[in-house]
Amino acid sequence: MNLPPFARSQRLTIVSGILCFVLILVVLQLWLLTATMESFLGGSDAIVVPAALASIGCFALNFGLLHFFLRKLDR
Amino acid sequence: MKIDDPDHVSKSPDGRDARLQPAWREQFPVDWPTDDFRSRRDFTKLLGLTSLAFVAGQLWIALLSLRRRAKESRSLPETEIASVAELPVGGSKVFDYPRSGAACVLTRVATDRFVAYGQKCTHLSCPVIPRPERNRLQCPCHEGAFDLATGEPIAGPPRRPLPRLKLAIRGGSVFAVGLEEGTL
Repeated sequence: MNLPPFARSQRLTIVSGILCFVLILVVLQLWLLTATMESFLGGSDAIVVPAALASIGCFALNFGLLHFFLRKLDR
Repeated sequence: MKIDDPDHVSKSPDGRDARLQPAWREQFPVDWPTDDFRSRRDFTKLLGLTSLAFVAGQLWIALLSLRRRAKESRSLPETEIASVAELPVGGSKVFDYPRSGAACVLTRVATDRFVAYGQKCTHLSCPVIPRPERNRLQCPCHEGAFDLATGEPIAGPPRRPLPRLKLAIRGGSVFAVGLEEGTL
């Protein structure tokens, strides 16, 4: 993906947007972790695997944003 | 001259082009907008690491879950706890099951009915004490209480039930034969 060089104000806006998105996903992961732990300690294993997959999905999105966009912005 | 940043305004003290500056000057900018960009970018990277840590936590729980399932599927030993005549109605006996040091408590709640639970309170592991007259198991540390019939928490800080043992009565004796699924 060849992006043109961004102006400084544009870069700040983009990184702020990425930050908000990543923050929402991390809060979602935190909620998933606490809910899974609560359920696991309560003796139920039903949500352990779906929650782990959802958390991995969130991380993949975060990693994609960090890897592709921040690398482009850092040029 | 080609410039990477169209609205680049920072001038280095030596006046040379940004490309010729040492690497550290890139990471410690002198103007606020660039500094804002750097700090937000670094915070976002930190959140990325946090995200990875949460994935590790989820995988750890999944691993524990697998271990627990494997443990539950293994058959536990059958152990004689007490003779039926030994315990009057309302009487209790503490014993170790399935291994030494794992304290459990057997209670006779009716002439023909026995219940047994792990003795560790699910709040902070204090030993629970049967109170058949109040139909509960009491934890003296934080006044937690569990229903004697089901092991479910009914008062105080505990939120999870006590592990419940499967019992069998044969030949005038009470045997522990396993753990109820989902209560460990």
